[in-house]
Amino acid sequence: MDEPRAVMTADDISRALTRMTHEIVERNRGAEGVLLLGILTRGVPLAHRIAEIAAHSELTLPVGQLDITMYRDDLRANPTRPVGRTILPGSIDDRVVVLVDDVLYSGRTVQAALHALADLGRPSSIQLVTLIDRGLRELPIQADVVGKSLPSARSERVRVQLSETDGEDLVTIERTAQ
Amino acid sequence: MKHLLSIADLSRDEVDSLLATAEEMHDVQSRPIKKLPALRGRTVVNLFFEDSTRTRSSFELAAKWLSADAINVSAKGSSVSKGESMRDTLLTLDAMGVDAIIMRHAGSGSVAQAAGWVKASMINAGDGMHEHPTQALLDAHAISRHLRALGRGSLEGKRVAITGDLLHSRVVRSNVLLLDKLGAYVVLVAPPTLLPPGVETWGVEVSQDFDAVLPDVDVAMMLRVQRERMSGGFFPSEREYIDGYGLTPRRLALLPDHACIAHPGPMNRGLEISSAAADAARSIILDQVSAGVAVRMSVLYHLLAGEES
Repeated sequence: MDEPRAVMTADDISRALTRMTHEIVERNRGAEGVLLLGILTRGVPLAHRIAEIAAHSELTLPVGQLDITMYRDDLRANPTRPVGRTILPGSIDDRVVVLVDDVLYSGRTVQAALHALADLGRPSSIQLVTLIDRGLRELPIQADVVGKSLPSARSERVRVQLSETDGEDLVTIERTAQ
Repeated sequence: MKHLLSIADLSRDEVDSLLATAEEMHDVQSRPIKKLPALRGRTVVNLFFEDSTRTRSSFELAAKWLSADAINVSAKGSSVSKGESMRDTLLTLDAMGVDAIIMRHAGSGSVAQAAGWVKASMINAGDGMHEHPTQALLDAHAISRHLRALGRGSLEGKRVAITGDLLHSRVVRSNVLLLDKLGAYVVLVAPPTLLPPGVETWGVEVSQDFDAVLPDVDVAMMLRVQRERMSGGFFPSEREYIDGYGLTPRRLALLPDHACIAHPGPMNRGLEISSAAADAARSIILDQVSAGVAVRMSVLYHLLAGEES
């Protein structure tokens, strides 16, 4: 197993998030009717950071969090997972829901998130924002806004660390024993 | 976790995990679409050898809200009434490939015995005078929510009086075990004739003076007088029982302001609990019912969602 290699520093993450925020605002011609839903765990602090950056331009993006545990398609293949909390900043009906996650990989998490959203209401549209897109999709899902494209092999592990959950901002890639 | 037979089998971590998941399940109840896909493709059977409204229907709702298929089998109207044994009934259902059997039976220990016969997960929905673990979990969940709403923290260090027909109650055993695990103090209040044998070994306070206990409790949990299980005279008259152990309007005034009133139902209004107490603002009796679905969703999720099942 190789040493983890840094692919994004704290500054890189900060710059990427600023650019991503502008892209979200541009895509939606402002913040009207847009809400951010961070996918637990690391999507939540990322969503909050995007909202903070938007606030510098006096744009309000409400933030919620989405737990997709019960909607995973691999529930039966793993030991029972603890369930997290879904918190919505109001109704999602007829709103533009922007899903925020740290890494986009197979697409199964996003698929689960789409199923969860269907049980929570009927947004006018759903967009996907991810800090890292590492490729290797197993489903026809793509992100609308990406912080960094990082083509990777299945034998590699991409790890996003954020100060809110891990004490520091860093993205690393390492080859695993697999 | 393969089965849920007794609170005694659960570690503190497992209890915390079950109650934490129940908290999330509570949110599902307030959604317009009360459905999660977690148990899609799973089948659960409610096998009730005794009558029940709330336990059976709340297990059925819990299973359905998690997308499991649920069927109900009651002794009346099934082959049990034709003389089929409990074991043969269980083996028949198990052979159909069901994933969980939720069973209520008059025999203490019957569900644990059944767990040795079948491949399915067994959930104890009340076995005789022994245990009713999901009732204790839902009581703890409802009480905890009440305490949190008042800003009074967790059950740790709180004082819970359980009053009534303790002899015939399966709820009391599960509750004593669970409340102890959660760090609460339990006071049992009942006439000596309605105390379970060996209660002195349970490690809880026992009292016959309800008036003296009430000013010092955080929760007054009332249990039903189970007339159907009483063959002889366990107390001289209903009037004397009410005088000694009923939660009357006079006794209601003895409770501290923050204390809540719980009852697992069904209630004998006017006997162990007055309508003034049952319908009081501080009564959490209907909250216990809602908590029942959330807790049973949590139990089914923990038993059936993962690979261990």
